[in-house]
Order: sequence, then C-alpha cells, then structure tokens
Amino acid sequence: MGTFTGSFKGFGVTFAHMFRKVITTDYPFSPPTPAPRYHGRHILNRHPDGLEKCIGCELCAWACPADAIYVEGADNTDEQRFSPGERYAGIYQINYARCIFCGLCIEACPTRSLTMSNEYELARDNRQDLIFTKKELLAPLLPGMEQPPHPMRLGETDKDYYLGALTNPGTSVGAERAPWATNEAEDGTGQAAKEAV
Amino acid sequence: MTDVAKQTNTVSLTIDGIPVTAEKGELVIRVAERMGIAIPRFCDHPLLAPAGACRQCLVDVEGQRKPVASCTQTVAEGMVVRTQLTSEVAAKAQGGVMELLLANHPLDCPTCDKGGECPLQNQAMTNGRADSRFHEKKREYEKPIHISSQVLLDRERCILCQRCTRFSEEIAGDKFIDLMDRSSGEQINVYRDDFFGGRGTGDGQVGEGEGDIAFNSYFSGNTIQICPVGALTGEQYRFRARPFDLVSTPTACEHCAAGCSMRADHRRGKVLRRLAGDDPAVNEEWNCDKGRWGFQYQVADDRIMTPLLRDAATGEFREASWSEALLAAAEGLTAAKSAGVGVLAGGRLTVEDAYAYAKFARVALDTNDVDFRARPLSAEEADFLASSVAGVADVTYDDVENAPAAVIVGLEPEEECPILFLRLRKAHVGRKIQVTAVAPFLSRGFEKLGAALVAAVPGDEARLLAGDPAIAATLSTPGALLIVGERLATVPGGLSAAAELAARTGARLAWVPRRAGDRGAIDAGCLPNLLPGGRPVGDPAARAEISLAWNVEAGALPSRPGRDTDAIVAAAAAGQLGGLLVAGVDPGDLADPRLADQALDSAGFVVSLEIRHSAVTRRADVVLPVAPAAEKSGTYLDWEGRLRSFGTVLPSTAMTDGRVLEAIAALMDVPSSHPATTQNRTKGISLGTGDVMAIRRELGAMPPSKAPRPAAPAVAASALPEAGQHEAVLATWHHLIDLGSMLEGDKVLAGTARPPVARIGKDLAEALGVADGDAVTVGTDRGAITLPAAVTDLPPRVVWLPTNSPGSTIRRSLGVTAGAVVRLSASASSGATS
Repeated sequence: MGTFTGSFKGFGVTFAHMFRKVITTDYPFSPPTPAPRYHGRHILNRHPDGLEKCIGCELCAWACPADAIYVEGADNTDEQRFSPGERYAGIYQINYARCIFCGLCIEACPTRSLTMSNEYELARDNRQDLIFTKKELLAPLLPGMEQPPHPMRLGETDKDYYLGALTNPGTSVGAERAPWATNEAEDGTGQAAKEAV
Repeated sequence: MTDVAKQTNTVSLTIDGIPVTAEKGELVIRVAERMGIAIPRFCDHPLLAPAGACRQCLVDVEGQRKPVASCTQTVAEGMVVRTQLTSEVAAKAQGGVMELLLANHPLDCPTCDKGGECPLQNQAMTNGRADSRFHEKKREYEKPIHISSQVLLDRERCILCQRCTRFSEEIAGDKFIDLMDRSSGEQINVYRDDFFGGRGTGDGQVGEGEGDIAFNSYFSGNTIQICPVGALTGEQYRFRARPFDLVSTPTACEHCAAGCSMRADHRRGKVLRRLAGDDPAVNEEWNCDKGRWGFQYQVADDRIMTPLLRDAATGEFREASWSEALLAAAEGLTAAKSAGVGVLAGGRLTVEDAYAYAKFARVALDTNDVDFRARPLSAEEADFLASSVAGVADVTYDDVENAPAAVIVGLEPEEECPILFLRLRKAHVGRKIQVTAVAPFLSRGFEKLGAALVAAVPGDEARLLAGDPAIAATLSTPGALLIVGERLATVPGGLSAAAELAARTGARLAWVPRRAGDRGAIDAGCLPNLLPGGRPVGDPAARAEISLAWNVEAGALPSRPGRDTDAIVAAAAAGQLGGLLVAGVDPGDLADPRLADQALDSAGFVVSLEIRHSAVTRRADVVLPVAPAAEKSGTYLDWEGRLRSFGTVLPSTAMTDGRVLEAIAALMDVPSSHPATTQNRTKGISLGTGDVMAIRRELGAMPPSKAPRPAAPAVAASALPEAGQHEAVLATWHHLIDLGSMLEGDKVLAGTARPPVARIGKDLAEALGVADGDAVTVGTDRGAITLPAAVTDLPPRVVWLPTNSPGSTIRRSLGVTAGAVVRLSASASSGATS
C-alpha cells in the first residue's frame, strides 16, 4: 500500500520536471552569456591611440592574494613608447593556474588598465599555456588604434592626452565582452568608439 | 664626585607626560625615539647635522609660543614636551605640514621606485589627512634629469629636506648637489649653467645641458638611499622591482678592504640592488658607488657555468662533466707536482677559500709557492706582513675617528679605501684630525681631508719616513696613526722604514690593502713565508702546530719558504714550473703582465678556478667554475682585521673554491708515506675544506700560535732614479672605478668614473709646451699612453697616471709601475694608446 503510493509520489517529481524549463545548456554549441559583471579573464586596456594603459606599477601583483601576477617594469623612451609616462610593463603575466578571479587586482589598478572580461573558457591542456602574457591579455586594436611603440597621439602633454581622452569613450570598448558576444553590438558603445577615433 | 658630574651632564624632562632623563644637548626627537614615541620626520638623519628643513617633526613645548621642530630642539631641564599623541596643537601642526608637503608632490607613487618603502607615503598614511584641500595645478618640472649616469633627479617629488645636500657637504665633501632659486621655485639641482663653468644651454638656465663635473662623487648612491621620497633614484634599479618583490639578505661588500656591511635585494634568482648596511663600527650607514652598483659581473654573459677541458687533440676547450674535469685537474697537478706547482690565489677570496688554497698548496702540492698578491710586490713586503700585519687587529675605524693625527703613505684613501676616507673625513670635520699625506701631490681626496702634503717623488717615501722630522713629530702625538697602503711595497725600504718609524714614535701602524680578500689571505696563510695564523714557515714549532691541526705528520709540511708571485711567474715563464693553480687573478694586475701571460703559456699544466672568462682561463688546461660572492657564504677580513662574515644571497649550485679544491685533492695520488691518507682508501687527500662551516670550525679550534713573531724587515732605502731630459718618474694609483674585472661591462657605473688624465708639474708642462687638456704621451720601451694633461702641483720631473683606467693601463701598456722612469712627449692629438 505505502510502496504503491510512494512510487507515484516519486514519479510525480519526475513527471513534474518534464514540464518545467530545462536548466542544462547546449554548451559548447550555444554557450551561456554570464552576468555583465562576471569575473572572467583579464584584459589590459589601451588608450584610444593604442598605447597601453598599464604602467607596470605592480599594484595588481601586490594585491593578488594568490600570487598569480608577475610584472616587471621598464622604461619608456622617446623612441620606444608603449604607454604615456615614464614606465610601462615590460613583462606582464597572469597565471590562470593560480588566479582565483577575486578581482582585487582590478580594484588595485590605478589606471583602470586591468579589467576583467566575461570570458570563461580558460581550460588548457598544459600549465605553460595557462600563463597569459601581454600577447594574450592586451585588448585588441580597435579601428584608429595603432600598435605600440609609437608617440602619444592624443596630445603632447599629459593634460592634453588624458583630458582629451575623456571626451572619447571608446578606449577598449567591446573587449570586455566575450569574443562570441562582440558582434551583437547591443548597447551602441562600440559605435561611439568608432566615431570618436 | 661622580654623582655631581652625572647631574651636570643630564637633564630631566617629560615627554607626553612620561618623565625621562636625557643627556644634555640631546635632541628631543632622539629622546622620544628612545622612549618608543615615533615623531614623523623627513629631514632628520642621525648621522647628519640637524637642519629643521621639513618641519614635519613639530611638537608642542610648554612655554613656547609656537610648536617647535623636535629635530633641532635640544632638551632642557624641566622641559614639558607633548607630541602628536597627546597634543592637539602638535597633531594639527604636523597635519598641516604634511598637507603642504603634499600640495606639490605628484601622486605618481605607482610609477615611483620609492613606492612601498617611502617615508612620505608611510607617514602620509599615518599622520596625513585623508583628502587634500588643494585643487590647484601642481608644480611641474621636467621628469627625471640625469645628474650622473647613475643618479636620476625628479624635482617634482622633492620635499626639499636637504638630506642629499647635507650628505654631500658634510659626509662626502663633494658639493655636487645644492638648493637653488628662491621661494616656490626653490629646487635641488646641480649647477650646470655657463656662470658656474658648465657647458649649459647658453641662456643661463639650468636644465639638462652637458654638465661640468656632473655629480662627480664616489658616494652619490648614498643620497638615493637616504632620500625620504623618490626624488633621487638610481638608473640601475629603475623600475626593476617593488619592495615586496625583493628578498633582502645582509651581506658584506666584496670589492675593497673597507669591509662594508651591505644588504642585497634579489628577485627571482637575480640580485637587483645593493644598499649600504647599518654597521656603526665600520661603514656607519654609508657605502661607495662601487660597492653599491658594482655587482653586474655575477650575471655577465661570459660567466662560466660548466667545467672546461682543453682537448688534447684539437687544443680547443670543450665542456666537460665535473667528475671528468676534476679528475683531469687532479691527475695533471699530481704529474706536475714533482716539477713544482705555483699557486696564485689572488686578493678576491674569502678567508675560508684562501685557507683552502693555503692548505691545498701545503698538503696536496707539498709546496710553499703560494701567494695572494696580484700586484707589484717585494720580498720586504712579505716580511713586513709577517711581522706587523698577520694576526694583528690593532687599529680600528674608531681609532681613526679619534686620532689626533694620521700620516698616510702609499695610499689614496678616497680611491683605494673609500670608507676609510669617509671616517677620516668625519674626524677631519668633527675633531680636526691632522692628516699628513706623503704623496706626490694633494689629490682631491686629500684636499677634502685638509691634509698637509709631504711631497714625495715615487721611491722617496722610505727616505722621508726615516728622516723627515715633521713626520716623526706628528706621529709622536699619543694616539697618532701611521696608515700605509699596499703600494708602499714597491718602494724599497718603505715598509721597513714605516715599521721602524712606528716603533720609534709609538704611533700605531695600519696596513691598508686594496682588495677585500687581501687581509684575510695573509691570516689564512696564502703567503710563501706564512702558514695560517701568521705562523712563520721557517719555524719548526709553527709547522708542528699546523701539522697537528691538519692531522699530518710533523715532517710532512714543506719547510723551505716558497716563491712569491713574481718568482712563481718568472719560474713558470722560464719553463721551470710543472704547473700553476690560479684563482681570481688578472694577469694585467701583476707587475709584468706580459711575463705573466708568458708564464701561463709556458707552465706545463694550468688549472684555473674562475667565475668568468679571463686572460687566465683562455690559457688554462682545466677551467673550473666557482661561485661569486653572492652565491656563497664566507668571511672577509677588512683592513682593521675585523671579521666580515656573510651568508649566501642567492642559493645556487655553484661551488666555493674550497669545495672544488677538496674535490681535486680527494682525487690526487698520495705519496707512499703521506699520512693524510684516510685508512680505508689508497688514494686521495682529505682536505676538509668543502664546507664553510667546517673551515670555520677548523680555524676556530686552532690554538693561538706560540711561535715568536718574526722581526720587522730592515731594508735600506735605495737611491732615487734619475730622470733625464724628456723623462719623468712615474707615479700612479688606481681610480676607484676603473677597468677592474669586477666592474667590466658596467656602463652606467663607468659613467661616474673620474676622467683619466696625465698629471704633470709646471716644469714639465713648460718643457713640453702643453697646457691643461693637451695630449701628453708617456712611454717606455714597451708602449705608450696618451692622455690629456692636467697641470698639477707635482714635484719636479714626476708624472702621474691612473693605473688601470680607460686609455691608461699602465702595467699592460708600459710594463712598469710607480717609481719607474718614463719618457714624456707632447703629442699632436689626443688619442688612444699606441
């Protein structure tokens, strides 16, 4: 008696779920879009002329509780300029075998150079590839940007350079979105960037 | 009686309500510090005179109308001081000063090298406001200007505390950096405009024009270290790391015999910077630029990483395994032993490594042919070292500071022992020591010491020491010092006269060598006439002591005094030596480099223990890599005879000389009757020098020698050489920053070297018809050196050249040393050596 009604109760749960919305995703054919502030892999942003925002100050490495970031500063010269100012990151590495995606590094960044994207596909088949260098981390060059090293294009002085940049919203716009989301152009900021540069 | 004296020398006061007794004249900030009350400060430095420049240390003193700067206020009886901890007034005053200091300070901490270890940053956090009320434009200056190839000045960050200017004026004596301009435009800078003799921009403006004598100081690095903000930074460390990246290890300097305590900071297996350590008895808190920045040799491209073996078939080097190379060295040395093997230990070894060479020579090679001296020397010097230097630790830095008078012979302290120079200068500035220099001319260093000159033609020092009544009178003052340099060895009778003079006048004698390992090598027994501990080789009792300590048969140690460096080189060049064992020696430093090269070529078998490729390794049969100072632990003896032990900075697989020698000895064949054989082995000598601690135990367990100290040498002074027409007597010494192999390839450091010049007297200048800056050629039969002339107040017929500077490698180019007669001519154009 009890077993008979009991099994109906049990199957009842099963049947009820058949009519609910499924929570499984069709990954990798249609990967889910995470929340806008999801902590994914990092990006090293650029100024609108393509110079790196990173000044190699190592505050991100200092803040990192997992010791995942390694930075070595280097000198900008007039011939070889990678960022405005005196200093740039000669070496910049984030080790994703160690990173815990806590985001303390992006809070520490004094130039808003380091931000986090929504990209979460970070699995690799060996440890070496999990160490991302500037090559992987730097934001892609948008139209109007120029591959450093090159002189400061937005103004000779710091004031011209940075204040001029304020009217220009399109620093590394679009880069914070995962690659598959970039062509959606949902908020029009990508458009603004193209207009400004 | 003592109570009364005590009472008159102390005062009672209260700080923050706590009663305290302080010495009269003590500064309030020091008394507070002693009590554990930290008053923020920037300009205050315990080794510099009070300035009261930054006003950060304001405290409230009862009865005073306004807060007073505690770094300039001396204590007084009944004074009531309240610091920021208990007084609103003091706290508000300090907050206000901090706000004003930050008004013009750029907030570029993220790019600043000082960030993370910055007193301004730290004290702004502890004592400053959370936000600024200044929103106006900050003062702007050109971002860093090079005030020398090493030192960068960022005036925006400067808070005008004047630590650097006070250091340069009070301590170093080089007035290279100063305050200039007035009011809000007041800034630290170096004078470079036309008015001050520099090649400025032409409009009287200061800027980045070519400097006149830009920051020409051997002590400039200290200003970087004491700068409380990031205004002065170093080129070599610029942007290399952050304080939290660095692992700091206390160490000792491996360059000169001053024995500075240092701190080496490394990151990821690489030393990035070195700072002066704090050792009040030795270097106080200073060091010289050579010690601070001269460490790039450890990471040079030509560092030897694997043993190299000369292939018998091709005559070329090939990389070999350690076991193969050690066996080759052991077999080669065993075979060469019958014909004699000379050991050139060099002056760069730690005491432990020098001891290993001394023991290896005696036990494994059965010879006393071991000498650490890689420079012009004499047999008289070896006797002098045995009688007056080995095992003696008499004169200290403290004695120098308190001496009423010092006579300096054969030594230019600023160039050859910079920290001794700083101490002499401290004594000169503070207590007015009377310095007498027996030298050809008053160099810049001697001028800064206010030295009186006893003009000496090179070679004449012995006669002056023996006969000059003024020198004897000076030295008769109680506490007077006679400081002799290693260069006096080249003057026949010089060291004999010095020892005799010291004994006669009661003055204390100090011998100052140039290299860090020299003094230790003497006590470790790296001399042909001395066993470890200053025991004379010729004394059977001394040999018995050593054979007991080494656990060898009493008669097994060689009893005949060996050959010194010159004799070893001469014998090897003549093909009379079976082999050479050479540590860090540059043949170019020896009295006759050409003969030394020839010796290395002619010696049957050459084993070289080196860090980097050198003229020796190129001619060696077996090259064994050894650890540089940063990768091993050890001990140096400074000129005082003080132990300067240091630990390993960088852990590495590189081996010490002692360990390599032990490994070689273990593979060497033992003569049938040799007692050093361990019982269960038929082959091999157990040297016991593989571990630094083991050597220290062995040396520590050695009882003091009972052997009598040999008498001081009594060599007569020889006649002065006669310089004929167009000839002169050569005077020379090393510049601190020169072509030494430990400074090789260090471009930024070389930029602060003094420009090499040929100094000639007025008589020669007139005879040759040259003025300052005109090229003068100094030549011998072997070669010639052409340098710009500098007309100096020299004795007649004397020419001075730097020993080993760019364009002036005396021993290589001329094949002579101080006291030799050289030919002089004016040359049409200045150029390189011919």
